[in-house]
Amino acid sequence: MAVPAPKAKNYKSDIKPVWCPGCGHFAVLAALTKAMAHLGLIKENVAVVSGIGCSSRLPAYIDSYGFHGIHGRALAAASGLKAARPDLTVIVAGGDGDGFSIGGNHFLHACRRNMDMTYIVMDNEVYGMTKGQASPTTRPTWSDSKMTPHGTGIPRFNPAAIALAAGAGFIARGYAGEPSELTRLLVEAIQHPGFAFVQVLSGCVTFRPDQRGWKELVHPFIDDLPTEDRTKAAQIIQADDGKATGVIYAVRFPVWQPENPKEVELSDLEEEFHR
Amino acid sequence: MNNDSQASASDDGFSVAITGSGGSGAVTAGRILLEAAAQCGFQGLMTRSAGPQIRGGESAAMIRFSPDPVACMGDEYDLLVALDWLNIERFADEIPLSAKSLILCDPAAGEIPALLRSNGAEIREVPFKVFASGLPEGRLNMVALGAAAVVCGLELSAMEASVRQVLQGKGEQVVETALRALGLGYNHDHRPRITIPSPGRQDNRWSITGNQACGLGALLGGVRFVAAYPITPASEILEWLAPRLEKLGGSLLQAEDELASINMIIGASFGGVPSLTATSGPGLSLMVEGLGLALVSETPVTVINVMRGGPSTGIPTKSEQSDLNIALYGLHGDAPHLVLAPLSIRDAVFTTQWAVQLAEHLQTISLVLSDQSLGQSQAIIEAPPRCKQSLQRAVERSPGGDYRRYQLTQDNISAMTLPGTPGGMYTADGLEHNTRGTPSSMAADHREQLNKRLRKLEKYDFGDDWAEIEGEGEQCIITWGSSAGVVKEVARRLRQQGEEARVIALRLLAPLRRQRLRQALEGMRKILVVEQNHGGQLFHYLHAQGALPPSAQSLAQPGPLPLRPGRILRALEPENRR
Repeated sequence: MAVPAPKAKNYKSDIKPVWCPGCGHFAVLAALTKAMAHLGLIKENVAVVSGIGCSSRLPAYIDSYGFHGIHGRALAAASGLKAARPDLTVIVAGGDGDGFSIGGNHFLHACRRNMDMTYIVMDNEVYGMTKGQASPTTRPTWSDSKMTPHGTGIPRFNPAAIALAAGAGFIARGYAGEPSELTRLLVEAIQHPGFAFVQVLSGCVTFRPDQRGWKELVHPFIDDLPTEDRTKAAQIIQADDGKATGVIYAVRFPVWQPENPKEVELSDLEEEFHR
Repeated sequence: MNNDSQASASDDGFSVAITGSGGSGAVTAGRILLEAAAQCGFQGLMTRSAGPQIRGGESAAMIRFSPDPVACMGDEYDLLVALDWLNIERFADEIPLSAKSLILCDPAAGEIPALLRSNGAEIREVPFKVFASGLPEGRLNMVALGAAAVVCGLELSAMEASVRQVLQGKGEQVVETALRALGLGYNHDHRPRITIPSPGRQDNRWSITGNQACGLGALLGGVRFVAAYPITPASEILEWLAPRLEKLGGSLLQAEDELASINMIIGASFGGVPSLTATSGPGLSLMVEGLGLALVSETPVTVINVMRGGPSTGIPTKSEQSDLNIALYGLHGDAPHLVLAPLSIRDAVFTTQWAVQLAEHLQTISLVLSDQSLGQSQAIIEAPPRCKQSLQRAVERSPGGDYRRYQLTQDNISAMTLPGTPGGMYTADGLEHNTRGTPSSMAADHREQLNKRLRKLEKYDFGDDWAEIEGEGEQCIITWGSSAGVVKEVARRLRQQGEEARVIALRLLAPLRRQRLRQALEGMRKILVVEQNHGGQLFHYLHAQGALPPSAQSLAQPGPLPLRPGRILRALEPENRR
């Protein structure tokens, strides 16, 4: 008898999400479990790693191994895990504050280290868990936060441009309101050998109700994508309005993974000290 | 001046300092001298001191050798070998001389600084530069070394073997020139200074630095993954480990910062590989949040902290025992964990191995407090002891239907599943959680897990290795970490004077074995707590734990100057007793 194909629900845990009704992250969770089912991933061979924030609660909602660490350090924990356990499929999930602000340095170095993992950033341009402060991707004039009553006055962080400059080999953008496209992007990202970065526009209904309007703004890239040409990718990303979706850049760079066969016994190493 | 006096062959050994400006080769000469002493069967210790410059700064090698184990540097130096006089004043505090000392120097280096003439030391002039310039590419440090070997009573053959050993990587030409320079210095003046009989070649001798010893202990403990960020004075641990981890099938990842390195080793340990990082004070400060994550998620990790002068950037190249407070109290929340400190270079193998194994077995964090003086010193020692226990992480390989990662058990240790194990899936979390690992803010779950994390440490039997205790009598010196060396020397000198003293050198600082410590203090009329920091961190910790009687006294001296035996002896003198 043939083994039945896995279904998305097989990858969901029995823990109820803390997210607000209508949160974009529900759609990301659904798309991720669909992608896992599509790829037929063996649950126990998957580790989902995150930091802190609304979206970083995701690992507990997936029925796989998970690590819900501290704010900004998801990519570091994931890199150590992947270095020690290359056999695992490592998926990292988080938000824009976690990944681009407090964890910004790890984002840069994960892009250039190019370990085989997928990094999903659910970008809602706001800190939701701390009740609505501006994040690095918030527009400078957004003044709804009491902490920045005049807006931040600081230009937005451009995640795709930074990822490209830092050396990422797979850069995509999806939208929580386009779940079937998002599932496809996540499948490609997980399949990509190396560091795959997927920015997901995933609106916050509570602190950014204006993001309901994304539905009218989001559109596919019109260019012939993905490209392997870094210059072309840079031009597209710089000209982009931040609301276009699709895989922008996909190229195979050498994957960094320490794998050393054991050559000696520990007692052999002690000889250097003998006198 | 006491030109013709020969120091008697005491078991205090012989102390030599070699100083010079950057590139003069003071440290290389020191290494060769130490290795030659090892060839002759001596034990020994070499510490280094350097100015703050990256390159080109003055440096000094301080060596003490003896037929017996050498625990620390002495109060004074028998011999100063000055390759030149540049910036010598920077070392004046670190190299005390007296009328019993001898200074070897080159008349071509200019006038002897008044600072050094005032102590009445004998001066012996050797034309280092003239001899060296007579050889193609001749180095004056080798000439000086030859002259020093005569003063130390070390045989030329041992010196030659040691030159070959230390310089072998530099090519045959360099070795041959060095040997000729050495011979010129050796044959210039045949008056030895001391006659400690050479014990002759000994079996079972090791030459190792403290940083190497920590690295070896880590490997013996089972560490196969390291992530770390370079920092003085811990980098040598990482540089020693990197190629050796590779040969053992493991790896070292150079992280982008210490925030990354602690989280990387947590990730790797979650994957089942015993993991460690090494750092110094500023790096440890950055790692503290990650340590809490490892502790609460019960993911074992070990951090070696090679202490230097603090706070902030402090004195990066010099030693201090001032990170005890951050190691004990740095974490927010109620966060019981392990803090250990090696008592010597020889002990660093055991202590680091034990620290890793305890972290693995107890599924918690182990902090190992080494320091610059221990880490960057080289010792000739008897082969170091190992941890005889084989403690391992409890791993659940075939979980049943209702696997609970944080199950409450008799010993409060719950077997952990590793990724890849069917039926054992859970999400490790820095959030408080219930026995399944599900996040929980319920009071009952919090109390249950706090108790679990505390009691697994409290109930564990750490055996007799929590401290080294020696000596009897009614006076006791309590110390910790590398200061154990100088304190043991003090006890030895007291015994020579017919006075008894007990030494308690704490290896396991947390959890404190309070009852055992109080037992060891029974009947003591005078208690002195000795440590190398400004605030008396151990003294206050022991008081807070109720381990000390009110009469106990503190001798806390900050770095960078080493604690010297004489300073401690003075504190024990009757007029200083209450």
